[in-house]
Amino acid sequence: MSDSVIIADNISKRYRLGLEEKGDKTLAGQFMNMVKAPFQNFKRLTSLSKFRADDDSVFWALKDINFELKKGEVLGIIGKNGAGKSTLLKILSRITDPTTGTVKIRGRVASLLEVGTGFHPELTGLENVYMNGTILGMRRKEIDKKFAEIVAFSGVEKFINTPVKFYSSGMKVRLGFAVAAHLDPEILIVDEVLSVGDAEFQKKAMGKMKEVTTGEGRTVLFVSHNMRAVKRLCKRGIVLSNGSVAFDGGIEEAVNFYLPGNDEGETLDTAVVEWDEETAPGQGEVRLIKAFISGNDALPRNTFSTSEAVNIQLFLKIGSTLRNLRVNLQLLDDEENIIFTTTSQNFVQGILVEGIHQAMVQIPPDLLNERNYNIRLSAGIQGVQNYILPFSLFSFKMSFADNASAPLHVSGKWPGVVAPVLEWRFTQVN
Amino acid sequence: MDNVIIIKPGKGWVFVNVKELWLYRDLLYFLTMRGIKAKYAQSVLGIGWAIIQPVVTMLVFTIIFGRVAKVSSDGIPYALFSFLGVWPWTYFSGTLTESANSLITNASIITKVYFPRLVLPLASVFSRLLDFIIAFVIVIVLLIYYQVMPGFSLVWLPLLIIQLLLTSLGLGMTLSAMAVQYRDVKHALTFMVQILMYAAPVVYSTTAVPAAYRFWFSLNPMVGVIEGFRASFLDKPMPWAWIWPGSMVALLLFVFGALYFRKMERFFADVA
Repeated sequence: MSDSVIIADNISKRYRLGLEEKGDKTLAGQFMNMVKAPFQNFKRLTSLSKFRADDDSVFWALKDINFELKKGEVLGIIGKNGAGKSTLLKILSRITDPTTGTVKIRGRVASLLEVGTGFHPELTGLENVYMNGTILGMRRKEIDKKFAEIVAFSGVEKFINTPVKFYSSGMKVRLGFAVAAHLDPEILIVDEVLSVGDAEFQKKAMGKMKEVTTGEGRTVLFVSHNMRAVKRLCKRGIVLSNGSVAFDGGIEEAVNFYLPGNDEGETLDTAVVEWDEETAPGQGEVRLIKAFISGNDALPRNTFSTSEAVNIQLFLKIGSTLRNLRVNLQLLDDEENIIFTTTSQNFVQGILVEGIHQAMVQIPPDLLNERNYNIRLSAGIQGVQNYILPFSLFSFKMSFADNASAPLHVSGKWPGVVAPVLEWRFTQVN
Repeated sequence: MDNVIIIKPGKGWVFVNVKELWLYRDLLYFLTMRGIKAKYAQSVLGIGWAIIQPVVTMLVFTIIFGRVAKVSSDGIPYALFSFLGVWPWTYFSGTLTESANSLITNASIITKVYFPRLVLPLASVFSRLLDFIIAFVIVIVLLIYYQVMPGFSLVWLPLLIIQLLLTSLGLGMTLSAMAVQYRDVKHALTFMVQILMYAAPVVYSTTAVPAAYRFWFSLNPMVGVIEGFRASFLDKPMPWAWIWPGSMVALLLFVFGALYFRKMERFFADVA
């Protein structure tokens, strides 16, 4: 026998897409639909758990996934939203069955797809620790033993006998994570749980995760969008794309494979984005209807020389007169570190009236390094309403130009997330 | 190596995995406690509601059916007669409603963690037992007040309680599994429970049932439970003819419920 603790053999998972509701234009037709509705609903609901071969409303969330995981391996699973990461974790944690294929798992599994599962607002912190712990598969005696440690780690000692409904969301998260961090399984399955809580707690959680993953012979599967965390914790990486394994290998290579820019231009190709009325990002009075990224030549593109400026233009449709609207752009590097945030608040003087407004912002030349960047956009009125929640708008690639305009950067990769051309002055003082 | 789990597409009918359920007994315990505590949290009377509800129901029945409509209670004081029906019925209807909804209310857990899903309806059945035990106090009070001394028949009470539990759990498992896919269960249940009460001898006596229908009537497991409760506390011979058909049905309900629940279990996370 090999020392594999997880063997996934050709697993696939099929889901049914929601069926469209059919309307009818005539009154009589609508009435008939109402009469027929119960029968149709019954068919529709029954079909949720039954599949026929000729069905066209099905969707394969996973298709023929194969991999083996050896004892002690720490595997990172990365991929875009909807690539099948969560479905894979759900199958491995036995929440849902695969449609075809088998998985063999040896050892005690604990899966952590959420922090604080089963917390009940009316119960005290103490009671919820036991509740959550047993849901995650711990025995009562185990929790008794680790209780003091759990509470100390969570930092909510003072409130441990207070109902959780009086906790702040941060406290709940800390308590939930503390319980999870003290699970002691042979195989640990973790989904995006490090992205909760404030920065300080995230650091603590990350440290704990590192400790947990390096524990003796523990096998870990880890899903995250935080490339830095994945790189820190994992040695091996699997990239999922549209439900299939697109890459399986070392974590560095996996992250490079996945990140936009190395992703066969899939994300890089969009330098212009336009939306129609319904799908435009934003809500209520503010909609982003078009955006593009270009150089000084005003031609939309995604690759720039470090010596040129990068222009981002946004077209916003404003539904009624708004005061103090703030549009924010964040520049991130390819490991999701925020490099800077820029806001329009100092430039929009007070009022925007109904209509379409163009906004332009420029990233100056000689600032960025030779690497890939992402731009995230959000908009809202501070303290009043968020119109556009932060979302990834563009990614683009900077490279050192081999022309004379960037004489300082000769060749090769410079360390750092930015590479500003700064002025140096030398004066002889003695 | 121990502890090998094989995950594969589930097929067909499987019975309850008792060994696994046993491993999760602590979870069952805490879910039961959660059910009890959450129910009476932030209420002034707290657990006192477990007494108020059946007592008020009994009083209303005594006035309306006992005094006004003069329903026969076979010579037993109507308050005692009806409470011995209301008591198991309150447990049955409460458990049924709660366990049928147990999977929907806990959908957020089902989609995030694996555990034998059966602990959810089981926890409802157990957490309601506290109310049931507390209401027992009223039975004692009534027995003392009317100076009735239970006799030998009382030894059968545990068996009747088992029948009550099997019925509640059997139906609870079936309905909870159904409710995940068809939310109609939720809507139908509230008034079905009300109507079903009249199909059991809660407010009337079985002697009122025409002989021709007696067998069919006794197929309702709650008929045997209620009649049995009365016989065991009021020192009467056990009405076995009323009890055994219902016992068979209770057993069938339980086995079917368990099988159906296990069959549907694998879709819960996908459709919840």
